[in-house]
Amino acid sequence: MKHEATLWSRVEALLANVQKPARYIGCEDGALTPTYGPETVSWLLVYPDTYEVGLPNQGLQILYELLNEAADTAAERSYAPWTDMEEQMRAHGVPLFSLETHRAAADFDVLAFNLSAELVYTNVLNCIDLAGVAVRAADRADDDLFVCAGGHCTFNPEPLADFVDFFVIGDGEEVVAEITESLRASRGEARAERLRALGRVPGVYVPSLYDVVYDGSRIASVAPRFADVPARVDKRTIADLGAWPYPKQQLVPLTEVVHDRLNVEVFRGCTRGCRFCQAGMITRPVRERPAAQVRTMVSEGLKRTGYDEVSLTSLSSADYSGIKEVVGEIIDDPECSGSAGGGAGQISVSLPSLRVDAFTVGIAGEIQKARRTGLTFAPEAGTWRMRQVINKLITEEDLYASVDAAFSQGWRRVKLYFLIGLPTETDEDVLGIAELARRCAAIGRGHTKAATVVASVGGFVPKPQTPFQWFGQVRSEELQRRIWLLKDEFKKIKGAQLKWHDPKATLAEGLASRGDRRMGAVIEEVWRQGGVFQEWSECFSLDRWLTAMENHGLSPDDHVFRHRQREEILPWSHIGAGLHEDFLWDDWQDALAEYGLPDCRWTPCYDCGACTEFGIEHVVASNVPPAGGSQGTGQDLSRGGDVPVTLLATRAGVSQ
Amino acid sequence: MKLRVRFQKLGKVRWISHRDIARCVERAVRRGKLPVAYSEGFSPRPRIAFGLALPTGAESLAEYLDVDFGVNEVDAAAVGSALSAGLPVGIDVTATAPVPTGAVSLQEGVVACRWELGVFGEPMPDDWFAQSAARLLAADELVVTRERKGQMVSDDLRPNITALSAEARPDGTPILAVELSTYPRGIRPADLGHALELPVTRLDVRRTHQWIAPDGARTEPLMLDETSYPCPNLPPNTHQPPGDAVVARTA
Repeated sequence: MKHEATLWSRVEALLANVQKPARYIGCEDGALTPTYGPETVSWLLVYPDTYEVGLPNQGLQILYELLNEAADTAAERSYAPWTDMEEQMRAHGVPLFSLETHRAAADFDVLAFNLSAELVYTNVLNCIDLAGVAVRAADRADDDLFVCAGGHCTFNPEPLADFVDFFVIGDGEEVVAEITESLRASRGEARAERLRALGRVPGVYVPSLYDVVYDGSRIASVAPRFADVPARVDKRTIADLGAWPYPKQQLVPLTEVVHDRLNVEVFRGCTRGCRFCQAGMITRPVRERPAAQVRTMVSEGLKRTGYDEVSLTSLSSADYSGIKEVVGEIIDDPECSGSAGGGAGQISVSLPSLRVDAFTVGIAGEIQKARRTGLTFAPEAGTWRMRQVINKLITEEDLYASVDAAFSQGWRRVKLYFLIGLPTETDEDVLGIAELARRCAAIGRGHTKAATVVASVGGFVPKPQTPFQWFGQVRSEELQRRIWLLKDEFKKIKGAQLKWHDPKATLAEGLASRGDRRMGAVIEEVWRQGGVFQEWSECFSLDRWLTAMENHGLSPDDHVFRHRQREEILPWSHIGAGLHEDFLWDDWQDALAEYGLPDCRWTPCYDCGACTEFGIEHVVASNVPPAGGSQGTGQDLSRGGDVPVTLLATRAGVSQ
Repeated sequence: MKLRVRFQKLGKVRWISHRDIARCVERAVRRGKLPVAYSEGFSPRPRIAFGLALPTGAESLAEYLDVDFGVNEVDAAAVGSALSAGLPVGIDVTATAPVPTGAVSLQEGVVACRWELGVFGEPMPDDWFAQSAARLLAADELVVTRERKGQMVSDDLRPNITALSAEARPDGTPILAVELSTYPRGIRPADLGHALELPVTRLDVRRTHQWIAPDGARTEPLMLDETSYPCPNLPPNTHQPPGDAVVARTA
């Protein structure tokens, strides 16, 4: 910490001119006020999106607590200022600031970004610039702070390699302390030396220590520049989630944010094996939090925060061992009930990423006694064939039985998430989405006149470190054609609506997701042309991206639309997510052969590498597959495409 | 039973909105496990009635809300202390008392508010406050034009000003003390910024009193006196209400 002065009075002078000034004041319950000594290593943790989107992020909150607990280490938070505030800050010379003590970002030792989505990349550059630090890592001086980034997007760090001094790959709980100590030990040394030392910390990737050689649009080689720099940086994985009961004091914002509730992570990792899902691939193996700890975190958290809702988070919460018991205990626990009067003040529990089966709907029914408005499922594809390709093994029978169960138990709106532009997708698969929605709406009408089905369709972006990393993304025009196809079909369906994402944004996401280092110049130009908050439709413009690509001699054909070859060096080949390349390639071939692969928690190991390579194992309380069997577990997949005619005939009367 | 709660909003937390305050109070009620009554229906909410909204960005020493405990009897002092403990830093309960049956509602009863207007940033010349007060008081009309629901409307602020003087806070900060009636149309203290030729960003606004007049005589919905509950959780610098508050209640 170089200066002690707070910028608060200068920040406050701007607040009457901006929307939602509460974004910039801090003061949340759970916020910590660090103290600074001469030896303190200080981190500014930045979520490069609005306060409302960034505040609930659990990864950032976990590191915030861990760093502040550590000796002589301090961490504060910051979020991307909205455009009105940025304008004020630039006009009045106010730099990016922290929310706890309102200090200038440049006074911290590390500016650490959480990267949860690729379209925030231009915001990262904007925040570095607002901090008053050189945007390009190569232009930073010895006494400038270090810019680092962690989170799921760092499994392809290359598009930001020019701007970020070092990346953290994988779970951050252990490695942040090691980074702090490296920075403390190297204080006073030249920047290049300090980066070299950071490069020796396992899980830390320092892009400036690697040379990338290109062969036309492709990569010829990626090689470390020094002998003590690893050729491949492997992700960090914490073996036991139970050893990390964080956040202990979840931040309670004073103003409205997304996911405004208590969040308790019940497990990390997922082995369902959905081939499009980057999170499921890179966070393996499954590590469950012990049930007793979940209960304690829930009851203590509700008591402390005053929230009346808790979300049990994970990539597929219905898969948590004994989920039914845990949920039941939370609901029945008088300590969790908000009102001493009883009855009123009922706690609600939410489970994100619901599995699609009747068992799961049953749990949803137990936890949502009142307010049964909408229930969301993610079949992801409209036909059984397509779902085998993507390995989302929801049988037709499970699908319609779940929807029937939801409507019969009083839900009136069912929301269905789909991807289009998936590998091998035909018009038949696309229209299958409409057919599926039509049947669901018919099932719903058998129960209530008010039944509605909302199908939400997003364009598929192939992600690094997944079996689909080789797949050439479908062009925006073609995605648009498929959306129009669906739109026409939905006009004919009673009680079903279609919503879709802009295929143009899907293309920009593709550029940022699988680009190599050369994409950095494009991101910089988009930012310089004013392209911030690109995931916000009111700020997004694809033209900026395409013009920048052209200006730098790059083509979306090469970097997004092209099917990649097996022998190609991928931009992220030197980043290890724990998955054997053979496993990913074989899984890609299985996908093309429409062959599904059941969850490895309950079936023999496929040797993906996530456990064996790291000497760790799944940590699950129960080896018994979930009751009822679903999504390929204990099911006869040869009959997965059979439509349950009895259900449709009796419930709907007509299936149109 | 129903309790009336008086609270203050000071410091950074002045930048949260009226709706934000409502959410904070609901959470504080749950944290304190207070036996409040809940509304009927699909989505039961604690029965809390809020007073006149305070503009986002303004401080206040005199905010009010009524909490309905239904058939439950509660200790007013304990409720005040529990609520204060569960509210954000800068929001503190300063008094609680049972609401007599038939009391006028907080939204309807307030006839006037006293505001203090300080100036952020560069200090104003010494005589600016006195001269501004004299100028505004001498004006026959103070017409400001502003946007309301997409339409440009002009209002004369002058009839709303029932008192105006240059004063100083106990710490010496010079202020304009202004009393604005809520009739014929409520105006925001920020509207005075136009008349004072100050940009909105420079106005440091604090509400110090809300006045009701149930029987013609002027009083506060809940005064800071011996019948109220002095809250022990106030930060040291805000523990004493400014001297003029005491004058007001004995006047």
